[in-house]
Amino acid sequence: MNPITPIINGMKITLKHMFMKPVTLQYPDERPKVAERFRGLHALKVSHSKAKCVACYLCPTVCPAKCITVEAGEDANHDKYATVYEIDMLRCIFCGYCVEACPVDALKMTGEFELANYSRQDFIYSKERLLEKQ
Amino acid sequence: MGIEILGLPLMYYIAMVAKVLVAFVFVLLTVAYATYAERKIIGHMQVRLGPMRTGWHGLLQPIADGVKLFFKEEIVPAQASKFAFLIAPLIALIPAFITFAVIPFGGVIEVAGYKVPLQIAAYYDTAAGQVYDVNVGVLYILAMSSLGVYGIVLAGWASNSKYSLMGGLRASAQMISYELAAGLCIIAVFMLSGTLSLTKIVELQSGMGGFDWYLFKQPLAAFMFFICSLAEINRTPFDLPEAETELVSGFCTEYSSMKYAMFFMAEYANMVTVSAITVTLFLGGWNGPFTAAMPLLGPVYFIAKVYFLIFVCMWIRATLPRYRYDQLMYLGWKVFIPLALVNIVVTGIIGYFL
Repeated sequence: MNPITPIINGMKITLKHMFMKPVTLQYPDERPKVAERFRGLHALKVSHSKAKCVACYLCPTVCPAKCITVEAGEDANHDKYATVYEIDMLRCIFCGYCVEACPVDALKMTGEFELANYSRQDFIYSKERLLEKQ
Repeated sequence: MGIEILGLPLMYYIAMVAKVLVAFVFVLLTVAYATYAERKIIGHMQVRLGPMRTGWHGLLQPIADGVKLFFKEEIVPAQASKFAFLIAPLIALIPAFITFAVIPFGGVIEVAGYKVPLQIAAYYDTAAGQVYDVNVGVLYILAMSSLGVYGIVLAGWASNSKYSLMGGLRASAQMISYELAAGLCIIAVFMLSGTLSLTKIVELQSGMGGFDWYLFKQPLAAFMFFICSLAEINRTPFDLPEAETELVSGFCTEYSSMKYAMFFMAEYANMVTVSAITVTLFLGGWNGPFTAAMPLLGPVYFIAKVYFLIFVCMWIRATLPRYRYDQLMYLGWKVFIPLALVNIVVTGIIGYFL
């Protein structure tokens, strides 16, 4: 095969690509549309203005990264609830097993993916920070 | 009428200095924005955007790059040969710029009653009514482009680092091999023009509405000259002296700050120079429609042609991967030099019978 044709074909391809619409997303100005089932930051679902979580310990049990800390307590109606619910985002692998394991559908994963922070302590999300934004 | 120096009025000198300054500043700006254009064009060819965030669509990027490099730390390796290490970037940069002295970028324009030829090393003799320029202009260009190699070889040698040395060695071998082929391609042009003066060569290409360009009389020589020039200035696909996969950054591995910027500028200035030479020799220089009526159109055509060739350089860079070293040598010695010699013989035979 002569050596010139492939070069010319290649040049044609690059020229054609120059007039295509760039795929670049100008990130801080333009936001990506994350998929509906994207596994981002966790959120504790809220029902009747309190968390649905019943502190059954299924999520820390199933968690492969062992990043969830739950402590159970009793509220005024003698219902079990989580006094402490913490997820260490530095350890979390965003597998979503906790969401699947939850028997009362109290946990979900949001499209939030900007989880950068300044100190290690800030990555341990407390119950207040995890509560679903209304 | 005012002060006279060597029989010429002061205004004449002012016009000449202004011409040199304008040309030089324009080349400098072109070099700076060639880096931006390269990033943008290659970006779009890869369906990306390229620089976008410094100024409108990244237009201030070259300035930001320059300022950044200017404030970087100057590092001279402890084992380096100091003097050669410091002087090498200058030796690489200066020949790239002074080549422009002989390239005609326009016809003769009239400023305040004096006729000024748009070529740095030229003057208009009013008594004889013609332009005098360096009558061995092409030889001067060849000499200057060979000088550029010294900067790179010295940089490689003086850095006292194995990668730099390898880069320098490769650069010298490559530049010398391809200079032969490029020189032989230019000889074919001389055989048609019968002169080494670039002004004359451009004049000879002015007729027939563009079909007098040497590109049409010497297509093989034109293409070979352009490709050999790419190899001579170490552009992709012949950028082996700075092949980062093997040699880190080749001859400029040990350089930092403004000294590195000088090599960078030299590379782009060389690209501009080579495009300008190719335009002058093969694409009719500043010739184009209506230049006789409006002499200022000359530089416009010249700049447009040069920019087109610079675009082709970037286009090639976006398309082709780097040649292997033995392929490069094979292409230079066994393809281009024989082809150029055959081209000369054929030109000679045709020229004898016509």
